[in-house]
Amino acid sequence: MAEKEFIHLKIKRQDTPESNPYWQEFKIPYKKKHNIVSVLKEIQKNPVTADGTPTTPVVWESNCMEEVCGSCTMIINGKVQQGCSTLVDHCKQPIVLEPMSKFPVIRDLMVDRNSMFENLKKVMAWIPIDGSFDMGPGPKMSPKEHLVAYELSRCMTCGCCLEACPQINPRSKFMGAQIVGQVRLFNIHGSGKMQAEDRIEVMKGPGGITECGNAQLCQEACPKDLPLLNSIGQINRQTTWSGILKWFNSGDRE
Amino acid sequence: MANSKFCVVGGGLAGLMATLKIVEAGHEVDLFSLFEVKRSHSACAQGGINASLNTKGQDDSVQQHTYDTIYGGDFLANQPAVKRLCEAAPGIVWMYDRMGVSFSRTPEGNLDLRLFGGVKKMRTAFAGATTGQQLLYGADSQVRRYEDSGLVKKFEWWEFLSIVKDSNGVCRGITAMNLRSGEVEYFRYDAVIMATGGLGLIYGQSTNSSNSTGAAASRCYQQGCHFANGEFIQIHPTAIPGDDKNRLMSEAARGEGGRIWTIKDGKPWYFLEEKYPAYGNTVPRDIASREIFHVVKELGYQIDGEDVVYLDLTHKDPEFLQRRLGGILEIYEKFVGDDPKKVPMKIFPSIHYSMGGLWSDWKTHMTNIPGLFGAGECEYSYHGANRLGANSLLSASHSGMIAGPAAINYASGLEKHAEDMPQDIFTSEKKRQSEINDNLMKCDGKENVFKLHKELGETMQKNVGIVRYNDKLNETEGKINELIERFKNVNLNENAKWASLPLQFARQVHDMMILAHVIAGGAYKRNESRGAHYKPDFPKRDDKNWQKTTMAKYTPDGPEFWYEDIDLSIVETVERKY
Ligand SMILES: Cc1cc2nc3c(=O)[nH]c(=O)nc-3n(C[C@H](O)[C@H](O)[C@H](O)COP(=O)(O)OP(=O)(O)OC[C@H]3O[C@@H](n4cnc5c(N)ncnc54)[C@H](O)[C@@H]3O)c2cc1C
Repeated sequence: MAEKEFIHLKIKRQDTPESNPYWQEFKIPYKKKHNIVSVLKEIQKNPVTADGTPTTPVVWESNCMEEVCGSCTMIINGKVQQGCSTLVDHCKQPIVLEPMSKFPVIRDLMVDRNSMFENLKKVMAWIPIDGSFDMGPGPKMSPKEHLVAYELSRCMTCGCCLEACPQINPRSKFMGAQIVGQVRLFNIHGSGKMQAEDRIEVMKGPGGITECGNAQLCQEACPKDLPLLNSIGQINRQTTWSGILKWFNSGDRE
Repeated sequence: MANSKFCVVGGGLAGLMATLKIVEAGHEVDLFSLFEVKRSHSACAQGGINASLNTKGQDDSVQQHTYDTIYGGDFLANQPAVKRLCEAAPGIVWMYDRMGVSFSRTPEGNLDLRLFGGVKKMRTAFAGATTGQQLLYGADSQVRRYEDSGLVKKFEWWEFLSIVKDSNGVCRGITAMNLRSGEVEYFRYDAVIMATGGLGLIYGQSTNSSNSTGAAASRCYQQGCHFANGEFIQIHPTAIPGDDKNRLMSEAARGEGGRIWTIKDGKPWYFLEEKYPAYGNTVPRDIASREIFHVVKELGYQIDGEDVVYLDLTHKDPEFLQRRLGGILEIYEKFVGDDPKKVPMKIFPSIHYSMGGLWSDWKTHMTNIPGLFGAGECEYSYHGANRLGANSLLSASHSGMIAGPAAINYASGLEKHAEDMPQDIFTSEKKRQSEINDNLMKCDGKENVFKLHKELGETMQKNVGIVRYNDKLNETEGKINELIERFKNVNLNENAKWASLPLQFARQVHDMMILAHVIAGGAYKRNESRGAHYKPDFPKRDDKNWQKTTMAKYTPDGPEFWYEDIDLSIVETVERKY
C-alpha cells in the first residue's frame, strides 16, 4: 500500500448515557503499525477535529493492549473487535468507530458491560471449593480434556458474541453464548461437575439456552475462536437430557 | 471485632487473594478497582507460576527454590520472607488447581512443569501461554461467589485517591473517585490493603497494561508511606518493540528451547550460548537484557537496520509450539504479521516489572502506617534486586494471602474503630481531593497531560533503564522537576467530569512524576551494580556499603533516602555467576 499522509477516522460520540450521539471526524498523521487504541491516544495529545475545531478527547476503555483483557472492544468499520489488535494498515478508511450497540453507552466508545458479569453469578460460574488453604491438588485431568477446558477458559468477557447475536435485543432475555461457554467449562471440570445440574437448570430458565435462535454468528465474532457453537450444542443436549430424566423421575414418584 | 470494616484496593491476583482470605474468615470486604477486576493486569502474565512440586524426577525442593530466588535477586531480599514464599508455593498452585484453573497437563493428568530462566529445575506450572489470565479468572470466580453471597461488595470503576489518617497517623479509611460521575467520596475502614500493581507506565512504553501507573502507590507514599528499593526495575529481554506498548514474548519461549542470536560476519551468532554455556539462553533476565543491549547498542549489530535480535523457535515442532506457547505466538503474529513457527521473532529488551514498592514488614505486610497494608507488585518484599521469571504470580498471590489474615488480626486488636473516628478527618480529606479535581478542570494553561507523560517516559527510558550513569540520572531529576513545574500549567481540553479520561489521567501523571523521583534518585545514590541496577562506572556489587534496602520518604523537596539492614539469616552471600 502506498505511503499515506493521514489516518482518517469517523467516530460516533455521545457525551452522557442520556444525550444524543453525534459524529466527529479526525485526521491523524500517518505512522506505520498504528492500532486503533494507539490512534485514539494520538487524539488525546491533540484533540482537534478534521476541520480544525478543538474538541474533547475521545473516551474509550483499554487496559492490556494485547487482547487478553477484553476492555477495548468496539465496532470498527461495522465489525465488533478489540481496538488494540486491529491494525490501522488493515482497515479501510475512513475508519468508522462506534460503541457496542448491545450495552448502554457511558460516554463515546465506552459502554457498561456489567450485565455479563451479573450473568456469571446466575450460572454459578465457579467451583465451590472448601477453602483457599492447602488441601493438595485438584482432580486429575487428561490432556485432551484440558484442551477443551483451556479453549473455553480464555473467554475474556469482551461481549463480541453478544454484539453479533440477533437474539440479544430488548425483547429477549437471552444471556448469550459467552455464558453457555462458561457453563460448559465449569461442567467439564472434575469437581465443577458436582453442580452441573444446577447450572443446567439455569440454562433451562429465562435467558437460557432455549432462547438461542441458532443464528450461529457468535463463534465467528469471537476474537479467541472459542468453540461456542459446539458448546451450545453440548449444553443443549445436557438440558434436553436433564428434562427427560426429570420427567422419568417424576413418573417414578407417581 | 464483628464490626471491623475491611477494604482491598486492587483486584489483580494479590487483591483477590487478600479479599478471599478475609471473607473466608467471615468478614465483609469492600473491593475497589479501576475497572472490572477480571480485566486486571495480572491477565497479561503468560509464562507461569513457580512451585517446587518436584514432579519431574529432578530432586527439586523448597530449599532450592529459596536459594534460586535469593541468588537471582542478588542477595537483596529479606531471606526469611523468600523462604516462607517458597514453602507456600506448592499449596498455592494446588489451590488454584482446585479452583479449576486450566493448567496444562502431563499424559497422566498431573500438572505439567516447564523450565524458566535462572534455574536448572522444571518448576513452572503453566496454563498454555496465558497463565496469568487463567489464575486471575480462577481467583475472580471465587470472589464472585462471595459477592453473590453478599460478603464482598465491589466498587469497580472507582479510583483510590488517598488514605484518611487520624490525628495519630493511623489509617482509618480512604477517599476514592467514582470514575463515571467524577465525584469524590470517603469510606471508613479499620484496615486497608493496597494491591494496585506495577508502575511500568512511568517509563511510557513497557510490557505493562496501560493502567499500571503506580499512581496509587505514589499517593500512599506522598501521605507518608515509605517506598523501598524503587531503583530496581526489571528489564525483560524479549519484547516486541512498539510505540504504544512493548508486547512481551514470555521467558517461556526461551524455556521451551528458544534461541537468541544475531548476524555476525554473515553467520548466526548465538551470543548467550557462547558466553554462558551452563545456562545458555535461560540466563536470568537482567543478564540476558544487558547482553542484548550490549550486542545491539554498543557493538552495533542490528537486523535490517533495526535495534533488535532474533528469538528463534523455528527448529521446534510446530504442534508442540502451538500447544505450549500458542497464546504468545498468536500475539506476535497479530501485531507483527510473521508466523514465529516459520520465521524467527525480532525482539528487544523492555521495562517490565518493579521489584521495589511500598515498604511493608514482610511478616504482616503492614506498611509503616498502621492499618495500611501492601501486597502484590506495588509492594517490595520478595524479589531483591532482580525477580526470577514466574515468581511474581506467586508472590502476588502469597502476599495477598498473608496481608488478608494480618489485617484481620490487626483490626481485632484495635481499641477504637473507624466508625468511632471524628467526622471531620473524612470530610476534610474528601474536600481536599474534590478541590484537586475542581482545580484541574478549571486549569486553562497550555500543557497537555498526555504529552507531559510522553516526555516523562522518554527521559526515564533513556536515562534510568538498562545502563545508568550518574550525570544522566542527575539530568533526569532536573527534567522531572521541570515536568512537575509545567504540570501547573495544564489544560485538560475537557468540559465535564463525567467519565473523563483527561481528568483521571492528569491526576495519575502528576503522581507518576513524584514516584519517578524515587526511582531516579535511588538509582543515582546507589553506586554499585546489583541485579537489574547496572552502572558501568561502578560495575561491581559492593556488599559492604550497599547490601541494604533503599528506603525513601516523601518530602515536598523530593525524596529523603536512607538504608536499612537486610535479614540474611538463611543463605550465605556469594558472587552471582551464571
Ligand atoms: C506481559 C507480562 C507478563 C508477565 N508474565 C508473568 C509470568 O509469566 N509469571 C509471573 O510470575 N509474573 C509475570 N508477570 C508479572 C505479573 O503479571 C504481575 O507482577 C502481577 O500480575 C501483579 O499482580 P497484582 O495483583 O499485584 O496487580 P495487578 O494485576 O496489576 O492489579 C492491580 C489492580 O489494582 C487496581 N488499581 C490500580 N490502581 C488503582 C486505584 N488508584 N484505585 C483502585 N484500584 C486500582 C487495578 O484496577 C487492578 O485491579 C508478567 C507481567 C507482564 C507485564
